[in-house]
Amino acid sequence: MSVNTDQVRHIAKLARIAMSDSEVEALVPELNNILGWVEQLAEVDTDGVEPLTAVIANPLRLRDDEVTDGDRRDAVLANAPDAQHGFFAVPKVIE
Amino acid sequence: MTDLTTLTIAELQGGFRNGDFTAREVAEAYNAAVAAARALNAFTVETPEDALAAAAAADQARGSDGLGALAGIPLGIKDLFATQGVDTTSGSRILKGFKPPYESSVTANLRKAGAGMLGKLNMDEFAMGSSNETSAYGPVISPWKRGDGSNAALTPGGSSGGSAAAVAAHIAPGATGTDTGGSIRQPAAFTGICGIKPTYGRCSRWGIVAFASSLDQAGPMAKTVRDCAILLEAMAGFDPKDSTSLDLPVPPWEKNLSSDLKGKRVGIPREYRIGGVPEDINRLWDQGIEWLRDAGAEPVEISLPHTKYALPTYYIIAPAEASSNLARYDGVRYGLRETVDGGGLDGMYAATRAAGFGAEVKRRIMIGTYVLSAGFYDAYFTKAQKVRSLIKRDFQQAFERCDLILTPTAPSAAFGLGETTDPLAMYLNDVFAVPASLAGLPAMSVPGGLDGQGLPLGLHIIGRELDEQTVLDAGLAIEERAGFTARPEKWW
Repeated sequence: MSVNTDQVRHIAKLARIAMSDSEVEALVPELNNILGWVEQLAEVDTDGVEPLTAVIANPLRLRDDEVTDGDRRDAVLANAPDAQHGFFAVPKVIE
Repeated sequence: MTDLTTLTIAELQGGFRNGDFTAREVAEAYNAAVAAARALNAFTVETPEDALAAAAAADQARGSDGLGALAGIPLGIKDLFATQGVDTTSGSRILKGFKPPYESSVTANLRKAGAGMLGKLNMDEFAMGSSNETSAYGPVISPWKRGDGSNAALTPGGSSGGSAAAVAAHIAPGATGTDTGGSIRQPAAFTGICGIKPTYGRCSRWGIVAFASSLDQAGPMAKTVRDCAILLEAMAGFDPKDSTSLDLPVPPWEKNLSSDLKGKRVGIPREYRIGGVPEDINRLWDQGIEWLRDAGAEPVEISLPHTKYALPTYYIIAPAEASSNLARYDGVRYGLRETVDGGGLDGMYAATRAAGFGAEVKRRIMIGTYVLSAGFYDAYFTKAQKVRSLIKRDFQQAFERCDLILTPTAPSAAFGLGETTDPLAMYLNDVFAVPASLAGLPAMSVPGGLDGQGLPLGLHIIGRELDEQTVLDAGLAIEERAGFTARPEKWW
């Protein structure tokens, strides 16, 4: 499989990365190079093989359902590019 | 007085406890060395006052029961460990100015043991790179030079390049690194130092800026195998805040260190004899086998048949996980924000990420987004997870026939900055390191010798899961026999 400029533009949109036409054009051969190389995995027989999900067997733990943290609004907001009235502020979403 | 910056961590521990020198003298010596080595570009932030404060506490506690194992030891911290109130940027523009209101579990463990911090160490952006050239701060320059008088600036390797350069240049006695697909081991090999990636889950990932969560592991980088054991003991341990943290006691690795390998079988994987590797590296590998035989181990040939598929598997799984992890950089909660007139919220996301991420990070996010997208998920991502199962099975079968595995760490010595521009050629740096990462196994690089240009080469030891002890023991056996004492000549 290979990608063309329209597909690269679509992937960039999914990834929320703004790209100029020249950036998109430069990425097409780069991505195709990498995709062509990873496609050698197709030659591996994986019939009946389960995908690996946990690299070291380690049962997921459950903890008691109780509050262990919180009440740190100012610390949470301290790094925000724009914080107003105790909230994260973003450009207007609803007209 | 002896130059304190040439001592190992074990020697600093001993000298401080004996009263040969104070922790303050150690911190001052290293702070001065850091300030004098800015030409290496190893640090993104210097924190001399932090090192001095920890030293003051150590000097006050000396002789008391409460003295931690790392009291009086100042360390360098890779810039992706969250450090409370100190810039943590993961080498990226998008995290510029981010001061975490919390401390990572690994650095909190080090502080609890008494360690101070010299500063934050430069790295490839989000740990994506093998040469340090993707850092938003510009590359770290290796303290090493080729012996041909060319004076070319060399890479310290990556992504933990600042950590490697700092230890090799004697401006930090030890440093933290992280390893997703070789990021501790390859730079350790390039700079003639030791570095170990423990079993996945030994060190908590809480507070470490995430790259590929199923692969990321923290580990120490230091001058000697013993120093790595000392640091790893302090860094490791169960942490309820990381769901993949292993709820196991931390073994006394340092106390148990032994270079006697009698009864151990060392596996030599035939698939690691690949073309295009310089003769110096294969010769060192053969020498390493003889060193381990001399230490009492019996070499056996083994096969890891899916080795050649490890890199392509990694370059599906790691970018897929990265594309998901890096979705959090949206200009809302921390770091950079760029807005576009009339672009709204979506425009802000796209503009922020366009301005904040470098070319390699964008490339990997794009690959990851593609292999996870509708219609391609099974063909790429599920397929790669299946091959990853086979790679893990290869190791399980090999470890029925051997107790440890010896290979070269990297397929070349350090290369010049700017010399490798093709992404695929860069990825090949980790050809020997990535399989152990995909299988979650402990693995270590130990310096073995110099190549014809006078540059360091590393030997790579892979162990069974949770068997860091055998890895460290074999590392010590190599260290004792290699007698590697070469250090870069100071030019900075």
